[in-house]
Amino acid sequence: MADMIRRRTPGARLLRAGLYALLIVAALVYLMPLVVMILTSLKPLDEIRAGGLLTLPQEITFEPWIKAWSEACTGMRCEGLSGYFVNSIRIVVPAVAISTLIGAINGYALTKWRFRGSELVFAMLLFGCFVPFQVVLMPMARTLGWLGLASSVSGLVLVHVVYGIAFTTLFFRNYYVSVPDEMIAAAKLDGAGFFRIFWRILLPVSGPIITVSVIWQFTQIWNDFLFGVAFAGFDSQPVTVALNNLVNTSTGVKEYNVDMAAAMIAALPTLVVYVLAGKYFVRGLTAGSVKG
Amino acid sequence: MTPTHSLPRARAQAGRRSLSGFLERALPRLVVAPSLAVALFFVYGYMLWTFILSLTKSRMLPQYDFAGFAQYARLFADERWHVAATNLVVFGGLFVVICLVLGLVLAILLDQRIRQEGALRTIYLYPMALSLIVTGVVWRWLLNPGLGIQAMVRGWGFEGFDFGWLVDPDMAIYTLVIAAVWQASGFVMALFLAGLRSIDDSLFKAAALDGASLPRIYWRIVLPCLRPVVFSAVMILSHIAIKSFDLVMALTGGGPGYATDLPATYMYVHTFTRGQIGLGSASAIMMLCGVLAILIPYLYSELRGRKHG
Amino acid sequence: MSALAIRNLYKTFGSTDVLKDISLAIDSGEFLILVGPSGCGKSTLMNAIAGLEPVTAGEILIGGEEVTWHTPAERDIAMVFQSYALYPSMTVRQNIAFGLEMRKVPKVDRERAVERVADLLQISALLDRKPSQLSGGQRQRVAMGRALAREPQIYLFDEPLSNLDAKLRVEMRTEIKKLHQRLGTTIVYVTHDQIEAMTLADRIAVMRDGRILQLGTPDEVYNDPADMFVAGFMGSPSMNFIHAALEGNPGDYRLRIDTQAGQGALTLPWPGERETPEMARCVGETVILGLRPEHFSEEDARLGDQAEGTLFEATTTVVEPTGADTLLQVSLGETEATVRLGPKSRLVAGERVALRIDMSRAVLFEEDSERRLA
Repeated sequence: MADMIRRRTPGARLLRAGLYALLIVAALVYLMPLVVMILTSLKPLDEIRAGGLLTLPQEITFEPWIKAWSEACTGMRCEGLSGYFVNSIRIVVPAVAISTLIGAINGYALTKWRFRGSELVFAMLLFGCFVPFQVVLMPMARTLGWLGLASSVSGLVLVHVVYGIAFTTLFFRNYYVSVPDEMIAAAKLDGAGFFRIFWRILLPVSGPIITVSVIWQFTQIWNDFLFGVAFAGFDSQPVTVALNNLVNTSTGVKEYNVDMAAAMIAALPTLVVYVLAGKYFVRGLTAGSVKG
Repeated sequence: MTPTHSLPRARAQAGRRSLSGFLERALPRLVVAPSLAVALFFVYGYMLWTFILSLTKSRMLPQYDFAGFAQYARLFADERWHVAATNLVVFGGLFVVICLVLGLVLAILLDQRIRQEGALRTIYLYPMALSLIVTGVVWRWLLNPGLGIQAMVRGWGFEGFDFGWLVDPDMAIYTLVIAAVWQASGFVMALFLAGLRSIDDSLFKAAALDGASLPRIYWRIVLPCLRPVVFSAVMILSHIAIKSFDLVMALTGGGPGYATDLPATYMYVHTFTRGQIGLGSASAIMMLCGVLAILIPYLYSELRGRKHG
Repeated sequence: MSALAIRNLYKTFGSTDVLKDISLAIDSGEFLILVGPSGCGKSTLMNAIAGLEPVTAGEILIGGEEVTWHTPAERDIAMVFQSYALYPSMTVRQNIAFGLEMRKVPKVDRERAVERVADLLQISALLDRKPSQLSGGQRQRVAMGRALAREPQIYLFDEPLSNLDAKLRVEMRTEIKKLHQRLGTTIVYVTHDQIEAMTLADRIAVMRDGRILQLGTPDEVYNDPADMFVAGFMGSPSMNFIHAALEGNPGDYRLRIDTQAGQGALTLPWPGERETPEMARCVGETVILGLRPEHFSEEDARLGDQAEGTLFEATTTVVEPTGADTLLQVSLGETEATVRLGPKSRLVAGERVALRIDMSRAVLFEEDSERRLA
C-alpha cells in the first residue's frame, strides 16, 4: 500500500501497537506446533508424562532422535526411519530431475513453437493438475504390475514423473510466455535450430523457474503419502509412509518423544528448503493460481 | 480474392523443398507428443478405466462382469459413504471459509508496512512446506486429551477446560479443520498479499485524497480488486479438501469408528483393504465429479474473463 | 536480377486476409521502406520475408532463388528487431558472433568479424558487457552489429528506432543512412514514422489493409500520391482536403469552394498542364482538393503582379509558432486548413490574412473512391 503521511496521535500509536501485538500472537500460534514438536523430541519420556507441553526440557536428550533414526519400529520391522529416508531420496532425485526437464521442453515447445492445437495440448496436459489421484490409483496399480514395477522405487519415480509433468509444464510455459518471441526469431535467423535455441538462449535465462519447479516438485514428492502407501513395497516405502506406520505401531510403550523426533526427521528436508529458498517456494505455490 | 486453389500446391512444396524446414515444423509436435500420450493414457485413459471398473462387480481383483450402476446404488445406500460425503461438506466448507478469512486478515495486517514483515510471512507460511502426515502426527499429539493442550491448560489452573475433540465422534471432524487451517491459511495469506501488492499504489493515493478512511479503502476499493484471488484460493483450497487423505490417515485414521471418513479415505479403504474395487471406483468417480463441479465454472469464468479483456 | 522479389503473396488468418496480392522487387543495394498505420500488414510482410511466418500463397525469391518454404536459417537474411532481441545471457561479443557460430564460421574469422562491426559502430569498448548493462542506444547498435557481422544478402529492420528517445532517434537515423551509403547493403525497413520513411528510403511502399497502395520514390509518394490515404499519411502536418465543386470544360477547369454563408465563393483555376482526361467525368460534381500546408504562402506586396498563385483572404483561428516556421489554422470552405508560413510571420489568432495558393502543386481526388483524379 501507498507510503503516505499518517496521523501521529496517541490513538493511532495505540492502534499500531495493537496491530503488532496481533501479528506476533498469530505468529506464536503458528509456531507453537513446531516448538512443541522440537521440545517433546528432546525430552525424556517421564518428563513428558509429567505434563507441560511447552515447558523446556530439564535434561536434554538426543536419545529419541537416535531411536527414531535407527531403532524405532515401523510395523513389523524395527530399524528406524533411516532406510525409508534413503528411499525417499532415491525416489525424489530422479523424479524431480526428469519431470523438470520434460516440463521445460514442453513449456518451450508450447510457447515458442506454437502449432495448430498447441493450446489444446496445453489445456489437456493442465487437467493433470486437477485430477483427484483416487481416480488413477487402481489402474496405476495394475499398470505397474504389468510393467514389473510394482512395489519398486522405479515405479514410484514413474508415477511421480507422470503426474508432475502437468505442474512443471505449467510453470515453464507461464515463464517462457514472458520471454520475447523476437529473441527466438533472432536466433532462428542466426541459424539456430529447436534444441540449440533451447540450450543456448532459453536455458541460460531459466534459472529462477528451474528453482521454482525443482522446489515445488521436491516438496510435493517428498511429502507424498498416497502414492507411497498405495504403490510401495516394504523395501521402497518413502519416509512419510514409514512415519505413519511408526506412529501407529502399538507395540509396547507409546514413545511420544520418538514420534516427534521421527516427524521432525521427515519434515526437515522440506523445512530446510523452505527456509533457504522461501521466495521460490511461494512463487511455485502462486504460479498455478494467480497466472494459470 | 484469395486464390485458394494454390493452397495445396504451396503445402506440397513445403515437404519437397526443404527437409530441414519440414523437421523444424514437426519437431515441436514430436517433442510434446510423449507428454500428450502420457496424459492421454495415465490421466484420461485411467479416468475411463476407473469409470468402467465402477460399472463392474469387481471385488478383490478387477474383473469385467458388468453390473450397470449397481455399485453407485450401493454407494448411495451406504451409511458410511453418507458420513464421508457429509464430512467433506462440513470439513471443506469450514476449511475454505476459515482459511479465506484468516488469510485475508493476515494479509491486510501485514500490508501495513510492518517491520520484520519477511520473518512474519515466513512463520505464517512454513506449515505449507510440511507433509500432511507430519501435520497429522503433530496435531494428534497436541490434541491428545491426556498430555496435549487440554492437559496443559488444565495444568494452568483451568480445571474445567475440555478439549477432547479428537476422541469425540461428533467433534473429531473439527480437529481436521484445525490442522488443515494451520497448514494452509499461510498460503492463502501469501496469495492475498501478492494480490494486494499488485494493486496500483495510485489507487490508494486517489482514495486517500478523496478522503476515504483506511478500512473504507480496503472494503470498497481493494476487496473488489481481489476477487480473482478469492476465486483462485477457493479453487485450490476446495481441491485440497477433496483430495485430503494424508491428514485423515495421520490425525484420526478416519476414527473414532468412521466418524472422520472422507471420500478419499473411503475410496482407499474399500479399494485396497476391503476388496471392494467396484465400490471404491464408484466413489473415486464421484470425487472426480466433485472436482469437475468446481473446476468447470472456474475455467468458464476464467476463459470468459480473458475474452473480455 | 533483383535481390528480393515477392510475387502475388497472400497471408490469411482464419477468414481475414492480412496480406493481399503483394508483389514487389528490389535491387541489390536498394533501401526499401514499408510504411503504414498499425495493422496494415507491414510487419507480417516482414516476417514472411524472414520466414518467421508461413505464407498462404505466392512466392518469395532472394537473389533469384525461391525461398518461400525455406526456414529462416536457410535464408541469407539478418534482422534488427524493435526490442533489439539481444540474448541476455551472452556478452555483446557473443551476441554478435552467435550467427556466425551457428553457421560454423571458424573462430578466427568470427573474431575478425566482431572487430570489424565493433569498429564500424563504435562499440569496441562494450564488447565484454552483457545487454543488461547497456543503454537503449547502445543496445540498438549491438543489434545492428549482430546483423552486420553476418553480411547477409538482405537486412530487415523492424521499427528499429521506435524505442529510442527523440534525439537519439534522429542520430541513429542519420547513422543508418551513412551505413547504407557506405556499405551498399540491401535493406527492407518497416516503420510507421513517415519522416523516417522520407529521409531514409530509396523507395517507399505505403501499405494499408494488407495491400501496397503505392510503391515509389519518396518524391513520388509525397508529391504524386496515388490516392487520398497515401496523400494524407505522408507529410506532417498532413495534407488539407477541401471539398470543392469542379466546373468548366477541358482547357478551362475551375474549382469553386463555398465559404461560410454570405461570404461568397472562392474560385480557383486549375492549371492547364495538370489536366487529365478523367476530370471531364466529374464536372459539376464535388471533388476533393488536396493542398499541402506549404502550398500556401503569405501575400508579399513587394512582388506585386509577379506573384504566382491565387490570392484569397481568410481568418486565422489558431497560430502555432514551432520555431522553424509558423503553422496557421484558417477557415477555408467548410473546413479548417493548416498553413505553413515562414518563422517571421507575426500573426495573431483572429486576424485576417491574405494568402496565395500554389495550384501548380495541388492534387485532386474523386470524392467517393478517394482515388487520384489529377
